[in-house]
Amino acid sequence: MMMFRLAAKSNVPPYAQLAEQVRQALMTGVLREGDRLPTVKEVVGSLAINANTVLKAYRELEHEGLVEGRQGIGTFVLRRPDGPPPGTHVLLARSLATWIAKARKAGLRDADIESMVRSTLTSSTSEEATA
Amino acid sequence: MSAALATYGLGRRFGSKWAVQDCTLSIPEGRVCGLVGANGAGKTTLLRMLAGLSTPTTGDLEVCGRRPCDDVAFLSDVGFLAQEIPLHKRWNAEDHLRFGAAMNPRWDDDVARERLTALQIPLQQPIRTLSGGQRAQVALALCLGKRPRALLLDEPVAALDPLARREFLSSLATAVADGDLTVVLSSHLVTDLERICDYLVVVAASRTMLAADIDDVLASHRLLTSARRDASVIERDHVVLQRETTQRQTDLWVRLNGPVHDPAWQVNELSLEDIVLAYLGSQHPLEQKQQLGTVAS
Repeated sequence: MMMFRLAAKSNVPPYAQLAEQVRQALMTGVLREGDRLPTVKEVVGSLAINANTVLKAYRELEHEGLVEGRQGIGTFVLRRPDGPPPGTHVLLARSLATWIAKARKAGLRDADIESMVRSTLTSSTSEEATA
Repeated sequence: MSAALATYGLGRRFGSKWAVQDCTLSIPEGRVCGLVGANGAGKTTLLRMLAGLSTPTTGDLEVCGRRPCDDVAFLSDVGFLAQEIPLHKRWNAEDHLRFGAAMNPRWDDDVARERLTALQIPLQQPIRTLSGGQRAQVALALCLGKRPRALLLDEPVAALDPLARREFLSSLATAVADGDLTVVLSSHLVTDLERICDYLVVVAASRTMLAADIDDVLASHRLLTSARRDASVIERDHVVLQRETTQRQTDLWVRLNGPVHDPAWQVNELSLEDIVLAYLGSQHPLEQKQQLGTVAS
């Protein structure tokens, strides 16, 4: 069963945080087709949040065609969002960890790395990225 | 959607001092409404009137379709938890449960017991030996055991440590998820309210400053910043709650009535806490006819 987390100080509304966590869980393979999402009551109880927040998140995911609410049974995963297959994330995360270790060894601070990632993301076009 | 709790020009005077004035509210069914305001702003008086414990001086109110003060049947529909958590110190939780069962026509013993058992609260120990968090949970279980349609809580978590507070709010959120319950709770802790509430009422100096859906509140309030000193155009189109001017910069806390077109003003989002603070220091009570619009900035 997946667990939700809420960031206390965030500009992202709580319902959007929950929806994004489901999308991430689908991308990384934590959630698979046919899995049941936690019930509204379970999420509400574990996070001490308003039930409408959870309902709103689930409605958004339903609208995107990722999950389906079945009356009286629960909300189930229909499909993964479009994107690379689950293993891709793990592989890339591993090579990123190696790269970060190298960068730190070379004397870069985490803030330097973050700004380098950000500026590389904005400057490189999608064409370069696939090349 | 029908209103579970509604007030019309409600007022309560103690001697020559008004505790609540000209309060017109409508809280939809099934919502969790946060009530915030400074000490002495009238929160407790408002809750006591909604609970039927205090008679209005002016105006009228309706809770679950009834007028609280002149209908005995109303008492079974409403749960009220006073700030001091009034339990019998020498009784244990078991005694309280039996008392609840004897006093309430719709009493649900299973609901109350399951709640206390799940939290591992000792039923046989006198209340005075329990922690503040446990006492609050016993009181909440009693309130929920009577199966109210409206639950009114006056500063229920004020005296609790962060963990007990989270557990209390979690119990409350779960009870609301079970359905058929509208909650009004007062608190100073806006971050708690932001999680558990979906409706917000702000009171200051006995007047209602704001009453709206929290999503709409967040969407319609912004901080506008500019090097310019003249804010007359903003003041004409929007409601300025607070302003701060230095030599070089003007900051306006604003309730928007539409998009801000003037590029001289930089538009920033405000947290719920910032918005509440702006109202507590503001001179602009809620204009009753004015609806909060959802505004994209």
